[in-house]
Amino acid sequence: MFNNIFGIHEQALMLHGERLGVLAANLANADTPGYKARDIDFAAVLSQTDGATALPLQLTHAAHITFSDGELPSGELKYRNPYQASLDGNTVEMPVEQAAFSENNVRYQASLNFINLTIADLTLAITG
Amino acid sequence: MSLFNVFNVAGSGLNAETIRLNTTASNLANAESVNGDLTKVYRARHPVFQAMMDTADTSFENQDASSGVRVLGIVESAAPPVKTYQPDHPLADKDGFVYSSNVNSIEEMTNMISANRSFATDIEAINTARDLLLKVISMGH
Repeated sequence: MFNNIFGIHEQALMLHGERLGVLAANLANADTPGYKARDIDFAAVLSQTDGATALPLQLTHAAHITFSDGELPSGELKYRNPYQASLDGNTVEMPVEQAAFSENNVRYQASLNFINLTIADLTLAITG
Repeated sequence: MSLFNVFNVAGSGLNAETIRLNTTASNLANAESVNGDLTKVYRARHPVFQAMMDTADTSFENQDASSGVRVLGIVESAAPPVKTYQPDHPLADKDGFVYSSNVNSIEEMTNMISANRSFATDIEAINTARDLLLKVISMGH
């Protein structure tokens, strides 16, 4: 019963956390010549786990260990297509990155809220 | 946990933008510097940024998910210094010329605004990561 009490939000929270780091790197490199903005294809990665079934397992190296419950499925960073490429080869577009950053922030807090509510529900069930 | 990595990444951005602001301040302060020797005249200095790939970071499929920024070096502008004929100037060379710095004040001002904005953005990223981490800490309370 307690294998998957948080549903998809456990993975979603971690994925949003990863995405925050990637977007922060884009923001920090906004003035770096030749830097290519990157992002996580959120839907593609999260679609590999539907929250109910076991996570897919990809072993590409002998030293790889198996996924335990709650770890992130595999996924690749994608390069962003700029609306207008700049001359110095930098593809960070500040408004795009800032919008993605704040959207990610909201989604992170939403997942966190769902987890908190689940915890509150379980606490209520336990204490009565 | 990559949320902690945001502090490193955005912190490196803050550092780089600070260096950029420093060179801008230096350029603006020396905008009117003159010298009688063409080779010794002050030339505008600009930092060169480079993405810093964090190879130790194994998050998200072993890719270098978070790359900070570092200042690779400072380059001097190749624009020619301004040559003016001022024979009564104490620093004038034997032909009566003085050379003033090649700093373009307007370029420096816009550079300063850009660095200011980038600095504020990095601060915002740090604040967001901090807020989220604080909420994670209080999870379930």
